Amino acid sequence: MKTVTEQEINKLKLTAVKIRKHIIEMLYLAKSGHPGGSLSAVEALVSLYFVHMKHNPKKPEDPNRDRFILSKGHAAPALYAVLAECGYFDVSELKKLRQIGSILQGHPVCKYTPGVEASTGSLGHGLSFGNGVALAGKLDKKNYRVYVMLGDGEMDEGQVWEAAAVASHYKLDNLTALLDRNYLQIDGNTEEVLRLEPVKERWNSFGWHTIEIDGHDIREILDALKKAEQHKRQPTIIILNTVKGKGVSFMENNVDFHGVPPNEIERDLAIEELELVEKKLEALL
Amino acid sequence: MSKKIMVNPRNAYGEALVELGKKHKNLVVLDADLSKSTKTIMFAKKYPNRFFEMGIAEANMISTAAGLASCGKIPFASTFAVFATGRVYDQIRMDIAYSNANVKIFATHGGISVGKDGASHQMIEDLALMRALPNMIVIAPSDATQTKKIVHLMAETYGPMYARVGRADAPLIYNEKDVEDIEIGKGMVVEDGEDITFIATGTMVEPALEAKKTLIKQGIDACVIDMHTIKPLDTQLVLKYAKKTNGIITAEEHSIIGGLGAAVAETLIEKSISTKFLRMGIKDIFCESGDPVDLLEKYELNSKHMVKKAKKLLK
Repeated sequence: MKTVTEQEINKLKLTAVKIRKHIIEMLYLAKSGHPGGSLSAVEALVSLYFVHMKHNPKKPEDPNRDRFILSKGHAAPALYAVLAECGYFDVSELKKLRQIGSILQGHPVCKYTPGVEASTGSLGHGLSFGNGVALAGKLDKKNYRVYVMLGDGEMDEGQVWEAAAVASHYKLDNLTALLDRNYLQIDGNTEEVLRLEPVKERWNSFGWHTIEIDGHDIREILDALKKAEQHKRQPTIIILNTVKGKGVSFMENNVDFHGVPPNEIERDLAIEELELVEKKLEALL
Repeated sequence: MSKKIMVNPRNAYGEALVELGKKHKNLVVLDADLSKSTKTIMFAKKYPNRFFEMGIAEANMISTAAGLASCGKIPFASTFAVFATGRVYDQIRMDIAYSNANVKIFATHGGISVGKDGASHQMIEDLALMRALPNMIVIAPSDATQTKKIVHLMAETYGPMYARVGRADAPLIYNEKDVEDIEIGKGMVVEDGEDITFIATGTMVEPALEAKKTLIKQGIDACVIDMHTIKPLDTQLVLKYAKKTNGIITAEEHSIIGGLGAAVAETLIEKSISTKFLRMGIKDIFCESGDPVDLLEKYELNSKHMVKKAKKLLK
């Protein structure tokens, strides 16, 4: 893979801002949903869908496509915005999030939305599902890769560790997990609710190759994805150190915005902040 | 009386998987450390690369099966009925039923005839749990011949399905010709009758046939329906026999809540059919350890009790 230029990184940053604006608007219109964990996942999703993954929005069922599974299904707005911007469906659909008859359910459903691979929303399932996709890939000798995004609160679920054991047992090097390590879950800090650290060592001890990076640095994410792809005989987990609510000052590290949408004033403030960043980035291009 | 030929439906399942494995290259099998008991080991030996041992981690097994199905595989996931349903209800709900995934859950050791392991292992709520899930087809085959045919039908019909058989050897009811034309969702009239109808599923079909033989000597002509599919229920057949005969007894190795009996009752009452009606099953209790024959006697799930209840109902 060729190196990504500074110009391209700036373009991706701009895309990330656009996605964040969509997230804010969608949640404001839906009057419900999860801003915090959607905003923290943006750079990873942008890096995957706009650079790293092999996929074609015109052929969402292509058997050779790379697959992305959003195990932390409450970050659906981020995924939907990215899929829309890629062209899986019209951007105008985003306004209908969580409304009756919409293809965009509150949490992802594979049969409703083009580009959504797995139905999630009940935490802990996605990595197991990814194992199935990765096993099928090995069996069929296909070259596609499987990406699963997990939440750090989600690590509390026992099934994640069942899946972790199975993925390393079967040496699923075609599988990469991405951990959105934003340190917050509904009841508070992950270390106070149910201690997760030392998270890297936990994954290492389960036989995984681990990489820890700044989860908002697109260049670091792209490098890590490449390293994961090159690593053989072990699945890789990329621990993305992130900020919950990233990009909107009053939502950052604020657990109150886990599952509460912005009101009108908050929406306006958030959009204003994001547009400032947008302008700065546009000036660089 | 001719001696009954006993065949284990679990073996029929294993044999069917081996047959299907040859025919369908996309058929895969998963098990949770019980392959010797569920008989998926027969497939594992023949097609080791298409068999996935998942360890004692059923939740992961179910979601993994869904992932495999999303790539066009036909996964059969097997373990005991307790672990195949209650333990993994959320995984089945999200990844299989809600996603309308082409996953087949085939459970063994259903019902109380598991015997001495006790109530922890006697699954009597699985049919109810699976019936409540949209998109899910629910099946309880009655003998080895039918089991084999049903496993073939499951593999060759798209959609989420749950099937369960018992642990024990079961008397053969059918030959291959008898089951040639069976369809998922269509009950079988095994023995016709005029006076009362047994609608039985799974392990209760054979005792119902025994009960019929006894009843006929006492002047009662019973019909026996093998309702191998609990969902979708063959409501037409239920209504036909509710009208044709003077009473209906449902029989299942399952709680009287939510399974076959409940499904039949719902059908009757919604069509305002007034008939004598009785559900035979486990009466909302946990059972206990014991020899299967003794358990079925204590909890009134054998031909002797069917005879008694039929006579009482028609009085």
